[in-house]
Amino acid sequence: MPSLQSLRRKISSVKNTQKITKAMKMVSAAKLKRAQDRILAARPYAHQLREVMGHLSERVNRASHPLLQRRDGNATELLVITSDRGLCGAFNANILRQAVVFLEEQSRQGKQVSVSLAGRKSIDFFRRRNWKIRQQWGGVFDRLSFEHALDIGQNIISQYQEGTFDHLYVVYNEFKSVMQQQVIIEKLLPIESVQEPGGREKPVEAGSYLYEPDENELLATLLPKHFEIQTYRVLLESAAAEQAARMTAMDGATRNAGELIKKVTLFYNKTRQAAITKELMDIVGGAEALK
Amino acid sequence: MAGSAMTTSSGKILLEVVTPDHRLLSKEVDYVSAPGSEGDFGVLPGHCHFLTTLRIGELQYRIGEQTEYMAVLWGFAEVTPTKVTILAEIAEKAEDINVERAEDAVRKAEERLERGGLPSEVEEARVSLEKARLRQKIAGRHRQQAGSRLL
Repeated sequence: MPSLQSLRRKISSVKNTQKITKAMKMVSAAKLKRAQDRILAARPYAHQLREVMGHLSERVNRASHPLLQRRDGNATELLVITSDRGLCGAFNANILRQAVVFLEEQSRQGKQVSVSLAGRKSIDFFRRRNWKIRQQWGGVFDRLSFEHALDIGQNIISQYQEGTFDHLYVVYNEFKSVMQQQVIIEKLLPIESVQEPGGREKPVEAGSYLYEPDENELLATLLPKHFEIQTYRVLLESAAAEQAARMTAMDGATRNAGELIKKVTLFYNKTRQAAITKELMDIVGGAEALK
Repeated sequence: MAGSAMTTSSGKILLEVVTPDHRLLSKEVDYVSAPGSEGDFGVLPGHCHFLTTLRIGELQYRIGEQTEYMAVLWGFAEVTPTKVTILAEIAEKAEDINVERAEDAVRKAEERLERGGLPSEVEEARVSLEKARLRQKIAGRHRQQAGSRLL
């Protein structure tokens, strides 16, 4: 039977842990609010831009801009977006598992795969494995800004244009709600047209569409912009999802700690009472013997 | 040409203005005029498909007799027969413009222009002067309108 002292220690240690998880929950709740506001504000722009791009990419000659051009090469790049910090439940594990499945699948098809990593957790994970790491960005989520998206976006675009890889996919956690994150794998390059659900107007033939300035100039400004905005959106989604995952995980941890405290306290009280009863019996027994 | 394409409900166009940090406007309007990079353009329902970049300028839209103004700074516009999408870097409604700040900015930019300096600095000052003047102009229109409504 454990000693009373060790039980007391155990209780106070769990209480300390509970304080920490509770504080972390509060912190991530506050951060979540901010991250959620940012992603909700950024979504309309990103979606509208994607819609415009979709209309455009159906009509223009794909050869007219490198970001639209479909290439036959088999070099595939996967941009993996995880968090910088842990203690957020299965957030990173889900991403990394899907990423590995995707990479294995692609290399089985004879594709040459490499990864770009954003977030320290993916860097730690892939460092110990045999996939080729092309580029990594750690610590972007501490102070996420559009500059980070520009940095990542421009690096990827220039590598893509140099022909380092022919296809780019991204895997990230989408922020669905506070309780729900969804792992998404999306193709980013070359830019494909978006399939909208439900019926949609037929693509208009190239002739009836006006461009100002001319088509090529427009594409040259619109396409990189589109890519940067999409990168930004993906980073914001992941940041919000991370805080939501952490909040849920820490909420669970706080609750579990509470249950553990209850259980150990009950056991502690039982043990204490048993000890008292035993002592009483001893005294009564001793007094009886003296008679 | 416009007549045949006017099959939309009540012949209105949906105007959507979004910036990277929020959706500013989503409204059915009768007429839109926007500052294209190669000149201002006006849109009535049934306009042909059109895609353009935007410069710093004034966006107007009309619902019935009511005309509203808005400042837009760069971005893109996509026009379809039933919808105008403005993807602006910055956009401000007339009533949200801070007039004092705009006046301040005009003064500062003018000072900087007079002082001269590196070409990039001069260019920067010129752009901020243009931005501030636009904001002043649009805020002015808004005030005028509010005044005439009172009469």
